Amino acid sequence: MTDLTKLTLAEARDGLAKGDYTSVELTEAHLKSMDAHRNLNAYITETPEKAMEMAKASDAKRAKGSAGKMEGLPIAVKDLFCTEGVQTTAASHILEGFKPEYESTVTSNLFGNGAVMLGKANLDEFAMGSSNTSSYYGNVVNPWKDKSGKDLVPGGSSGGSAAAVAANMALAATGTDTGGSIRQPASYCGIVGLKPTYGRCSRWGIVAFASSLDQAGPMTKTVRDAAIMLGSMAGHDAKDSTSAPIAVPDFEAALTDDIRGMKIGIPKEYRVDGMPEEISKLWDDGVAMLRDAGAEVVDVTLPHTKYALGTYYIVAPAEASSNLARYDGLRYGQRVMDEGDSLDDMYMKSRAAGFGKEVQRRIMIGTYVLSAGYYDAYYNKALKVRRRIYQDFEGAFGQVDAILTPTAPSAAFAIGENEGDPVKMYLNDVFTVPASLAGLPGLSVPTGLSAEGLPLGLQLIGKPFDEETVLRVGGVLEGAANFTAKPAGQEG
Amino acid sequence: MSYILEGSTGPWEIVVGLEVHCQVISQSKLFSGASTKFGNDPNTNVSLVDAAMPGMLPVVNAECVRQAVKTGLGLKAKINKESVFARKNYFYADLPQGYQISQFDKPIVGEGTIILDMPDGSTKSVGIERLHLEQDAGKSMHDQDPKYSHIDLNRSGVALMEIVSMPDIRSPEEAGAYLTKLRAIVRYLGTCDGNMNEGSMRCDANVSVRRPGEGFGTRCEIKNVNSIRFVMQAIEIEAKRQIEVIEGGGEIQQETRLYDQRLGETRSMRSKEMAHDYRYFPDPDLLPLVFDDAFVSEIEKELPELPDEKKARFMRENGLSAYDAGVLVAEKEKADYYEVVAKGRDGKLAANWVITNLFGALNKAEVGIADSPVTAENLGKLIDLISNDTISGRIAKDVFEIMIETGGDPEKIVEEKGLKQITDTGAIETAIDEVIAANPDKVEEIRGGKDKMLGWFVGQVMKATGGKANPGMVNKLLRDKILS
Repeated sequence: MTDLTKLTLAEARDGLAKGDYTSVELTEAHLKSMDAHRNLNAYITETPEKAMEMAKASDAKRAKGSAGKMEGLPIAVKDLFCTEGVQTTAASHILEGFKPEYESTVTSNLFGNGAVMLGKANLDEFAMGSSNTSSYYGNVVNPWKDKSGKDLVPGGSSGGSAAAVAANMALAATGTDTGGSIRQPASYCGIVGLKPTYGRCSRWGIVAFASSLDQAGPMTKTVRDAAIMLGSMAGHDAKDSTSAPIAVPDFEAALTDDIRGMKIGIPKEYRVDGMPEEISKLWDDGVAMLRDAGAEVVDVTLPHTKYALGTYYIVAPAEASSNLARYDGLRYGQRVMDEGDSLDDMYMKSRAAGFGKEVQRRIMIGTYVLSAGYYDAYYNKALKVRRRIYQDFEGAFGQVDAILTPTAPSAAFAIGENEGDPVKMYLNDVFTVPASLAGLPGLSVPTGLSAEGLPLGLQLIGKPFDEETVLRVGGVLEGAANFTAKPAGQEG
Repeated sequence: MSYILEGSTGPWEIVVGLEVHCQVISQSKLFSGASTKFGNDPNTNVSLVDAAMPGMLPVVNAECVRQAVKTGLGLKAKINKESVFARKNYFYADLPQGYQISQFDKPIVGEGTIILDMPDGSTKSVGIERLHLEQDAGKSMHDQDPKYSHIDLNRSGVALMEIVSMPDIRSPEEAGAYLTKLRAIVRYLGTCDGNMNEGSMRCDANVSVRRPGEGFGTRCEIKNVNSIRFVMQAIEIEAKRQIEVIEGGGEIQQETRLYDQRLGETRSMRSKEMAHDYRYFPDPDLLPLVFDDAFVSEIEKELPELPDEKKARFMRENGLSAYDAGVLVAEKEKADYYEVVAKGRDGKLAANWVITNLFGALNKAEVGIADSPVTAENLGKLIDLISNDTISGRIAKDVFEIMIETGGDPEKIVEEKGLKQITDTGAIETAIDEVIAANPDKVEEIRGGKDKMLGWFVGQVMKATGGKANPGMVNKLLRDKILS
């Protein structure tokens, strides 16, 4: 019998439909894989009993002749999505033990479509990070190794989701992306990650990091898998005022492999100083693949790109400083107080003990940029630049159908590297942040290996709510790159 | 007359601006579906959003938006078709989100006007700076436990309209008239019940003093005063305190103060240095609040007649004085009552009965118009009985007394008590003849030119008929019999 964990989501879906195996068998195989890879620390909470229950119910449902779009498919859920009755931590000590009484809209959509939850995937604390080292529950280890064999970061913040998919511990996983948290770990772990247009998926029930940027999306083995899963996650939700009241197209139907005559933009501003040769080459190779497939490659300019990272690190912490005010030790989560303490004492002790260093750093940055006398110089100016960045894209999309860039400036780095230098760490997001600020869909597709044998991804950025084009071009890129490398031990 | 406080060094004028929080009448909260019902058990009107559970998002309640627009229209104010919800960040135990969703630089309603009706019948215009929508906080209770405070989140997230006046108010009386008028307007509109004792209308007063004609002085804000009377007291007491400080060589520090009605003083609560930095920024969970002209004109169509228009109509159509009309429109229920009484009747006579007799009696009994024992229909009937000469004005007063006590129908009371006016000439003549026969000397005096004595005869005849004789007829018949 084939190893069921090596299937793609689409293959597993079709196999289930044909009756080649059951959801219970698929789920058991993945639970076994989770046992075998516990050293990667990809999950904060494993939910094997719930998974088996859901799998059995799914098989029963299928037997009765009704099957949803994700029927019986076991997935990992980033531990930023509130899941009813299952601990939801956001990888923070402050939420340890918190079991929501509600199910996030996205997971509710997925489960409604038949998906099976294997567990809650690890992440950077409150999704703040690019290495998954800020998790209170320990860092995640990338299933890929470089030639020295040392442990590498999976990227972040959706590092647990990316590692789980790359190591076949889940057929697919949900991620969230605020400045690159789906795309960058996808690139580091050699999988596909799609950040949809802001407003495509409901944010209701997702622990908020930066409300104007946060967006849920699929992390999968293939572009087709991403199309299938996004179709199940997306949709208008009246409970989220920023969710777009537009219909969900059949994303899978967009995968025609035909991009002849399509125009692909190459933004010169992304060719940053000191870009590693192998990243540059990866990009050039990608351009050639799309050209060979019949697309026209066009140079475009996104002049405000250089301000994107600075803008992001004002807007995101500002919103975070306010979004995280609710973790005060009063109603849920950790409370630290001693006899005779005042309310302020309780706040300070609970938050000092509950939040890790990176979260505290961003709360402080955010509080600072919003404070009286600094608001106009920082936050207000950042909003203006953000508008310009959006206009840059708007201009470019007047000429092209999609934009191709590298996903990240490097391959996965060693755990512990960059830890002492937050700014260097933030540079990991340099190519992903602009699309986040503009609210545009961005897809990372693995297209090559670094000299160290590590996966590297290219990013496709599309027009608002045009995930279909992004997926179509991504499918072509995927086919041309024929990226078949797997982490050691996962070879097919 | 301008209101001046005499200090030891000369006259002082006071400058007041009021910030009034009006709880919006709506079924559910501003950003959640939880009930707004007052008086439910603590923490029973609380949704996941109100408790700020992780991942919860606000969705604006369209009804609250309509109510704010309606109030803006009632204040003759500019309606902003695009406004923005902003977060006001601060930590407190009764603020679960750690921020209040409010409006900052882009409120839903801009500048407007309120016309004050002063006790002397004059009017004064006070500017409205803005009206914005915001969430209420929960309630902290510090008296439930010796060691801990308790929190009730029922009120958390309920919609408030903060209505900010210009610093146009110059006396405690004007402040009182402003609050009375604002309360009347929101009650007429049905956008706030205006009950200050239940906290659904709360007032902060910004008070400063200055020499007449000079620029504004430094102001202090007196927080959360919960009755019109206390607002008036607090303003006067705070103004006097400020005068004393300045005349004593001191300076007023801008600060937040509390009014202690028991001790009759204001106390410092928070100095400017200790003031919060609220770090306002647009709430990224909410899109800008945008609506079109059609939305506003739909609401405009629903607007009831407001106090100012009603007052003008009463003066124009019923010939009432500004004062009487002002008294009648001060409360919608009073105006409605009056209109029933005045319908098809003499408007001025109706106003006299309603204001002098009815309001007088209700005040004495400390009863509101809603609980009046005399219905408007019955008061109208009483006036009809006077107009059609069934009873005299004097008898009517007696009948009214009975109506106040029993709530009875005046026609029945007149019937049962036999109070019908005597208009039968024969019966009156008989009474006159008896009085004339008994007082021949007085008859002679009149005939000798002492006309005034005629009044004495009228009195005697009325007495003899138990007050029921028609006074006009008595007068005429007496003249005929004695002088012809």
